[in-house]
Order: sequence, then C-alpha cells, then structure tokens
Amino acid sequence: MNSAPVRTAYDGVVACVPITVPYRRYSTNSAHWWIGRALHDLTRAANIRPKDIDGLVLSSFTTAPDTAVGMTQHLGLSPRWLDYVPMGGASGVVGLRRAARAVQCGDAQFVACVAGDTNHVDSFRKTLASFSRFAQDAVYPYGSGGANASFALITKNYMNLYGATREDFGKLCVAQRDNALSIPFAMMKKKLTLDEYMNARPISDPLHLFDCVMPCAGAEAFLVCRADVAKSINLPAVRVLSTIERHNAFPDDPIQYRGGWAMDIDELWQMAGVKPADVDLVQTYDDYPVIVTMQFEDLGFCAKGEGPDFVRSHTFTTEGSFPHNTSGGQLSAGQAGAAGGYLGFTESIRQLTGAPIGKQVKDAELALVSGFGMINYDRGLSSGAALLARAP
Amino acid sequence: MTEPLVRPKRKDPLRKTRQPLYPQLIRSRTAHGLTAAAAQGRFELQTCLECKTIFYPPRDACPKCLSARVPFVPVDNNGTLLAETTIRTSTDPYFRERTPWRTGLTKLDCGPVVLSHIHGDVREGERVRLDLKLDKGGAPVMIALPEKDTPNMADDPHLREMTCDPKFRRVLITDGRTEVGQAMAEAFSKAGATIVFVGIADPWKPFPGQDRLRQIERVEIVPLDVTDTESITEQAEQNGGRIDIIVNTAEHVRGGGIMQRRGLTVAREEMDVRYFGLMRLAQAFGPGLRARGADGVNSSAAFVNLLSVHALMNWPAYGAYSAAEAACQSAAQCLRAELRPGGVKVMNVFFGPLETEWFQTVPPPKVTPAALAKAVVQALQRGLEDVFVGDIAEDIRARLAVNPKALERELTE
Repeated sequence: MNSAPVRTAYDGVVACVPITVPYRRYSTNSAHWWIGRALHDLTRAANIRPKDIDGLVLSSFTTAPDTAVGMTQHLGLSPRWLDYVPMGGASGVVGLRRAARAVQCGDAQFVACVAGDTNHVDSFRKTLASFSRFAQDAVYPYGSGGANASFALITKNYMNLYGATREDFGKLCVAQRDNALSIPFAMMKKKLTLDEYMNARPISDPLHLFDCVMPCAGAEAFLVCRADVAKSINLPAVRVLSTIERHNAFPDDPIQYRGGWAMDIDELWQMAGVKPADVDLVQTYDDYPVIVTMQFEDLGFCAKGEGPDFVRSHTFTTEGSFPHNTSGGQLSAGQAGAAGGYLGFTESIRQLTGAPIGKQVKDAELALVSGFGMINYDRGLSSGAALLARAP
Repeated sequence: MTEPLVRPKRKDPLRKTRQPLYPQLIRSRTAHGLTAAAAQGRFELQTCLECKTIFYPPRDACPKCLSARVPFVPVDNNGTLLAETTIRTSTDPYFRERTPWRTGLTKLDCGPVVLSHIHGDVREGERVRLDLKLDKGGAPVMIALPEKDTPNMADDPHLREMTCDPKFRRVLITDGRTEVGQAMAEAFSKAGATIVFVGIADPWKPFPGQDRLRQIERVEIVPLDVTDTESITEQAEQNGGRIDIIVNTAEHVRGGGIMQRRGLTVAREEMDVRYFGLMRLAQAFGPGLRARGADGVNSSAAFVNLLSVHALMNWPAYGAYSAAEAACQSAAQCLRAELRPGGVKVMNVFFGPLETEWFQTVPPPKVTPAALAKAVVQALQRGLEDVFVGDIAEDIRARLAVNPKALERELTE
C-alpha cells in the first residue's frame, strides 16, 4: 500500500465569534432552546443575519426526536451544507474539521458550529442507560455508575502502570479551579484546595467528587469562514493550522492507557510546522484528570508514562507555566453535554484574539485544543486535536 | 474471605418490607445469546466461525474480519482481573441501595476484556473465573469468581443476589406423598433450608415413607392439596408470608395417548393436578413471593416447576401426559414474566422418565428421585432458569436444538 497522501493545509480558513450561553445545573428548557440561543448570540455578535448561515454543524445528545435536519426547520435556517456531529468530547475538533473543508472548498461561506445540550433533572440517568448498545448490554447493568465507574477503572489502571497519585490529579483540578475563578460563566466558582480535593466524597474508587465533571445545560458556538470574509466584516479570527481525528484506536489495548492522538500526533505537528514547545496554551478535554494526563503524553508534551512527572513540574494556571484549560475546563465550568467538546475552542479563540473572559495568557500566539469522547463500552473511542494560531 | 451468613432473626412484623428492585433488564437481541447460556449455566461468548476470534460485548459482526457468522459457543472462562473499582454513587435505584458495589475489567485468556461484577473473595490482579449469571431481573450478567472455590463463597451478598440458594430460606414442597417430594424434602433440609414445609393432602391417610419424612430435620408437614383451592388458600394465608422457594412436586403420570383414553375423566384429573394445580399455587402464593423479593437474606427466591422433558416434545406413549406437561411449561413462561418484577426466578426442571412406579414399563436410563432432588438444589444454588436432568432429558434437548421435526417423528417409533 502507498503511504497516505500529504494533506492539504487549511490555508485561508479561520474560526471566529466564540459564543458561550451561560450554563445552568438543570434547565427546564429544551436543547432546541439552548442551540437557538447560541445561534442568536452568534448572529448578533457577528452582525450577520440567520439566513447568512449557509452551513451548520450541530452537536447534541438531547435533541431527540429531532436531528440536525429537523433543527433547521425548527430554527428557520436554510443551510446548503449540514453536518450532524454528536461525538461528545470530540465534537468540537470534528466539527471544525468538517466546517473548515466546506468553507475552503466553497461549499458554504458561513458555517456555524454549535453544540448544546439541556439537562433535565432526570436526563443524566436516562442518557447513561441508553447511551450505546454496549452500554445497555454490558456496562449499565454493572452497578450503573456511569462514566464515573468506567473512568475509575481507566484511572486505577493508569495509576498502577505509571505511579500517578491522587495528588497529581488533584493538582490539575485545583489549577483549573484557580483558572475558573475569573470566569463568571463557570458553574464552580469557589476556590478548591488540595485538601478539599483529597477529602472529597468518594464516587467510584479511586475517583472522588472533584475528579468528576458536573453535568449541566449550556451551549457553545463559533463561526468558521474564509479569512478574507472575516476581515471584511471586522471579525477577529484565528487560523486553523492542522487537525487530527481518530476513532476506536488501539482496540487491542486491554485497558485504555493511550488515546487515538498517539496514532496521529506526528501529523498534527508536521502539518502545522510547529513543535510542542511553541504552544502558548493547551485546552485538553478534561472529563477526568487521568485523560488530561494521558493527553499531555499522547500530544507530545512528554513521553508515555511521564505524565505524572510532567504534572509535578508545571503550574497549569493561566498566568503560570503551561497555561491549561484557562477557562476552568469542564471540571470547573461544568459539562454541558456535547458543548464540553467546544469549550476549548471558544476559550482558545478568545485568548488568541486578545478577548478573554477571564485572565489573558501572556503573548498567546498558538493554541492546541484536543477532544476526546464517546465511552461506548470500556474506553473513550473518539479523539482529535487542532492547532490554532493568532491571525497576522 | 466471605463472612458466613448468619441465620436471620425473626422479622419484626412492624418493619416495612423492602420493595423489590432489579437492575436494568433491556438487552439487544444479540445479547440474549448470553441470556440463553446463563439460563442453563453455560459460559458462552460469540466466536467468529471464519477467523475464530472470540469477542465481547455482543456484536452483529466480527470486529476482526467483519463476518456475520458469529454464534455463541462455550469458551474458556479463566482470566485475570486487571482493574477494579468500588462504585459508591449509582444512578440506578437497585444499585443505589446496595452500594458499595465492586466492578472490574477481566482480561480473559481467550481474548476479550469483560466488565463484570466481582465476588468478595477476588482482588485486583488475581486470576479469576468469569461466570455468567442471571441477575435479580433475570438479565444475563458476568461475575468474576475466585480462581478456586473459597469457604462460604456462596454466601457473598452480591453473588447471592444472582442465585436462589436454599440456605436459610424457607421452602414449600407441595406434595410429600410422592417419592420425588420426599427426596426434595431431604435435599432441601441438607442444603440448609430453615424450614421445609411439606404439603400432604388428607394427612390422616397414611402413605409410604411418611415415617422417614417426619424424621428429616426441619421438616414441617402441612395440609395441602393442589386440587383444592380452599386448601391452598388456607396454607398461603398461614405460611405464604414466609415461604421463599416453592417446589411443585405434585405429579400425575398416566400412560397412553389421546385416542385410547375413553372420555375425559383422566385427562381432567391430569389437568386438575398439574395445570390447574400450578395455577392455584401461583394465584395463592405468587403475590407474596413477588412482594418479598428483596426481603433480606431470606428473601423470596424461586418457584420451581418439575416438568417432564416431553413438555417440549410430545411422546405419544405418554401422549396426554405430555400435553398436560406442555400446558404447565407454557404457564410457567407466563409466571416467569409475572414474578420477574419481584426478582423471583421461575425454574423449569425438565426430567426424563423417573425411576418410579408410574414409569415402570419404560426402559432405562431413568432418573432417581434423589438425583432429581439433588439437581434441583444445585440449580437453585447456581441460579439457573432451565435445567435438564438425566440422559434422556439431555438427549431430547440436544435433538430439539438440531431438528425438532426429526425428534417428533423419532418419538413415534
């Protein structure tokens, strides 16, 4: 078999107009309401009309019985290009990839990427029970601990393999909480100490309360268009340098200790022509801190197994060394379903365009956003990453 | 080490009885391949007929070669428990009231990684045997058991949720006049049942074996006639609230087919003892069983039907008898659906001809009442749903699976 062809760069494609609809723990509103509100805010902020949106990427778990198609009529949109990307934490990366190519090839001019989910009082339990066929047949009947129990096993195995400690994971959670303190949208706005982290209520050993994201309702959105188009209507934008995506990587690993990034990471850096040391801020997908540590390794910031040491050698705060999840990540902002996969994008666009909600990362030129999602049976299946750069 | 169960104290009648709950039952159609295996106590996983890959969870295509020829077949159940967690917060009401609850990932020697419940005597990193069980709701689940049996392992509270162990339970044998009924009484007493109620119709009429029956430890003879609704109702009122396992030993075996019977008298009797008897028992005792499925260590657990294997395929030499047994088998399926919400299993025990007077003319192999009783107790200890006892029953099961039509013809010869 010939080697894979060299991928076309995303020249001339930008992402802009980061939108966050402030999260709520529970909402009596539907996903439709949250998504509609995000698009409303997006058109206002971009100063375009809804009918200018000729491309739409929708990411959501809770629009049932509607899909993206039904949503166009619900919201009165007539896009000539539509994609439905309900890929959980990978939705943001995958949505951006799809949108960037559509814009680059002229299939659409303005692609709105929107992720939103509602959270009714009982929706979390219902989502868990019917999340996937494997979940229904082979996970939920075993204690019904949800993602917490699945990630507890991954965390335990990672601790056994590489000597990570609860303190290591706690350090990440505490740093993210520090970052969240300047974000008014964050669900968790109270300072967290390592003691509080260590002494929190156990959820599923070794996970305790502050290792787990809080499910909530919310929406995130951004706009993808050509750089010249963004410039013509005065939208501060960021360039898309490179992206990767992978599903069901390493199926023969008995327990997940690496994600799909490890398969594709060289391509991410090569395509962008940069190296890990050049990155100014990193937004990982932080459903659980073990996945963050895994991403530091698999994205090339340290070698496999050195995640714990890497954690011990940085502060991860917005103004410290290795700025990471600078809006607090999902662990502090909350997990609004598929919107969790967009959080890193809206935050990175804000940081790279000099318009953060909270504190600014100093001299932010280059950001890495990674996504991870869809725990189908015993592991997260989807992974992706994107490198974004401040526009010249 | 498993703490041995302590005989439960008398229940405070003022205390609320915990309502039965069960884990989520919904399974894909393919996953019911596990249900079929668990119901009969086999450990089976899907195996690709083309590339021989063994895999789990259940799929509709082989994850190595995409073949659709992926039947469930018996496989090696040994493996290593790679990682475990103790769930302390659950969204499901059944588990919520049973936390902490341990689960873990086992790498089977034959390939797949399986998420399972964990027996209390198993620790992370150890060698384990995976077993396939039916949970409280009758859905198939995996449990990691210690590599070798450990003392009192059946008393593990999570394992006991998946079995119907007679230990410390109270049993009703519906007819103690039969040899099978007496063998059952002996076997359940030996298995540690707290009380073995044995029903006797018209107790003043003497019957063979009665002295031996009375001498069995913890046996209590009670008046019960399965053909008499009043007698059954009375017994249910008396003891229904403290009966955890019912074994219906009422039998009515007469040879002959349909045409050589003159009139319906015998057939009516047959149906009265077997089919209507089962209905009377279910109506009188069923609601109590269903309500007490989560009532502590000695919760209600099972309704056992003893059925001729010819319930599944008529044997013309005992043709009318086979038909009555078939009616009972069908009724048992209905009863199974009705008792499931209580976490109570309906166990069907299919036996071949018995070594009793009524099968006098039938050549061997035959099943002795003691062997049948032993099989019933063991099947309850394992939590099975369908049990085949004896060579004839096994033979019929195998032939049914291959070609039911051939079996129908061959049974006429």
